[in-house]
Amino acid sequence: MNVHSTSPQFKQNATRALHDPQLQKALNNVKQGFIDKRKSAADKLPEFEALRDAAHDIKNHTLEHLDLYLEAYEEKVKASGGHVHFARNADEAREIILSICRKADAKTVTKGKSMISEEIGINHYLEANGIRPIETDLGEYIIQLRNELPSHIIAPAVHLNATQVEQDFRRVHTHLDAKRDLSEPVQLLTEARAVLRERFLAADVGITGANFLVAETGTSIIVTNEGNGDLTQILPKTHIVLASIEKLVPTLEDASQLLRVLARSATGQEMSVYTTFSTGPRRSADADGPANYHVVLIDNGRSAMLGTSFEEMLRCIRCGACMNHCPVYHAVGGHAYGWVYPGPMGAVLTPSLIGVDKAGHLPNASTFCGRCESVCPVRIPLPKLMRHWREREFERHLTPASVRSGLGLWGFFAKRPALYRFATRAAMATLGFMGRQRGRFRWLPLAKGWTAYRDFPAPQGETFQARWQRERKGRTA
Amino acid sequence: MAKLEEGKFEAVNGSPPRLRIGLFVTCLVDLMRPSIGFAAVKLLEDAGCMVEAPVQTCCGQPAYNSGDRGTTRDLAQRMIETFQGYDYVVAPSGSCAGMIKKHYPELFEEDPNWRVKADALAAKTYELTSFLVDVLGVTQVDATFDGAVTYHDSCSGLRELGVKTQPRKLLSSVKGLTIVEMNDSDVCCGFGGTFAVKYSDISGAIVDAKAKNIGASQAPTLLAGDLGCLMNMAGKLSRDGKPIEVRHVAEILAGMTDEPGIGLAKEAARAK
Repeated sequence: MNVHSTSPQFKQNATRALHDPQLQKALNNVKQGFIDKRKSAADKLPEFEALRDAAHDIKNHTLEHLDLYLEAYEEKVKASGGHVHFARNADEAREIILSICRKADAKTVTKGKSMISEEIGINHYLEANGIRPIETDLGEYIIQLRNELPSHIIAPAVHLNATQVEQDFRRVHTHLDAKRDLSEPVQLLTEARAVLRERFLAADVGITGANFLVAETGTSIIVTNEGNGDLTQILPKTHIVLASIEKLVPTLEDASQLLRVLARSATGQEMSVYTTFSTGPRRSADADGPANYHVVLIDNGRSAMLGTSFEEMLRCIRCGACMNHCPVYHAVGGHAYGWVYPGPMGAVLTPSLIGVDKAGHLPNASTFCGRCESVCPVRIPLPKLMRHWREREFERHLTPASVRSGLGLWGFFAKRPALYRFATRAAMATLGFMGRQRGRFRWLPLAKGWTAYRDFPAPQGETFQARWQRERKGRTA
Repeated sequence: MAKLEEGKFEAVNGSPPRLRIGLFVTCLVDLMRPSIGFAAVKLLEDAGCMVEAPVQTCCGQPAYNSGDRGTTRDLAQRMIETFQGYDYVVAPSGSCAGMIKKHYPELFEEDPNWRVKADALAAKTYELTSFLVDVLGVTQVDATFDGAVTYHDSCSGLRELGVKTQPRKLLSSVKGLTIVEMNDSDVCCGFGGTFAVKYSDISGAIVDAKAKNIGASQAPTLLAGDLGCLMNMAGKLSRDGKPIEVRHVAEILAGMTDEPGIGLAKEAARAK
């Protein structure tokens, strides 16, 4: 079972978000920060567009031969002394993870940031089975304290402000002096570091995600900015890597090409602060590292996307650029989308993973402005894929009845030009006459959605085609 | 009168053949604001083209974006047949031109016969300002407009067709006109066709941000190349009581500003 979704209530979620002044203020930071940074990083690199093409090609090639690369990767991991587990769905993945933790006699588990772990709801599952998971990425740590889902795939707590974090820390870190000063962000950071340092040392198992898995070497790669991932995977005796199957790339060379577009697209950094490669458990000559190395490869709906129009979505490298540039995300934030993945990539991926009957709003809640596609490092045609979902909905009669009947009526006229000209001529003459005094309508029947927020400009009255016919009769065929 | 680059289209000054343009007036312009269509005709004729407006309805984009491929194909086939005889097809809209240029070929991916025809139509279809500048090589227009304007880049024109410099180039040749750039001119206004009605709360928030950027530019006139976006922004500005005149870029370029701005009444315009 995947984690619970409120995607069916997208509209209500969105309205609530629009009326949350604190959230709106936080979203303003997304609008301003990420966009300029990405642009300046991209502008500084003359080959950036070519790198996007290369990234697109590498991922496509891998997806075409995914079975082969998965097998090759598995062999290499085994050869390096690690274990590979295949999980068809969230349930299987959770079982596998729990049994590894049980074998390690784990009481606490530290976790690096991992979206697939959110998808399978591993934290709640471990807790229910008496094992304490501790998120070590600062943003993830904060939202874990609040029992929330991330609102952004690379900045999970971007919806919060420092005061909210201070309140959470005071509520949870009760062993510390209640009168301590936490008014500066750096004090919050220092406190989190101190608390987490003990957790790192005490953990029995460390769980990380993976940005890339390299078939050639059996290596998993994570990129982080806080170094928490390294402590998570090096200190405990057991390291579990969770990754969905599309994280595979053929070679280290391919991985480094993708790394060149990843951080630039995400945060505008040339590289993230830490880029960590792990290949199997600690070898005898290694100074540190886990004694046990497990990789859980999770399908959870991906293989069903192969060979369909949604295969292109599997190129996604989770940089977050699409949501950073999305006017809808800017307006409502990530939680409104109601599941793990927000923004344009979520609007395409979520219906694939939890069903378009539940997530149908997501691909519809887009203006198709195309800004997401214009910044996607692997050139995923996100608006096109959202449109494909709308087509699936239309075929399955999931499109709302009001939209269907409106479209049907409009289509009926649009297919009959003579009738169309007659009807529109009459309608526009009427509307134009009614609106002649003010030039606009504050209210119109059947247009409540429009007139709730803006006036409806009145038509000029005579249609173009009517006037053209009148003025140019005889001049055109 | 717009001037062609010297020698580019000799036929204009001498004998025919003149380019025969099919004006795809677009359904919104046809119904709501025909003066934009006549401004487009003037610009094209000034540039030496012969313009016809065959009987037409809609390119099918509302159906396409609602997931109704069947209706879209029917309407697309009608459009393809209507416009097949013209040298070029020009629309005063980046969104509608983009539908033909970018999406018609995709619509007939699995139908080779129609695909060929869709490709042919796509190849000769242009957004108005891009046709004037990129195809005809027009560098200036003979128009006067006193005052500052700010220009909103509509999404489809900008990102599907690369319309960005063309309208600005032509506007900068209008006597008395200055362009003041607003912040985020290339960010969506929140229209999105049926999106504006289906997700009106979100659309309202997006156009609110847009209206603030328009207001902050201090320009008394807002221009864009797509009537859908213009109606959305004009409706928001008038609802907020902001006295900003909103027009399609073609109206200014053609010097046809007798009609009141979008959302203004004739009486109000005369009183000004």
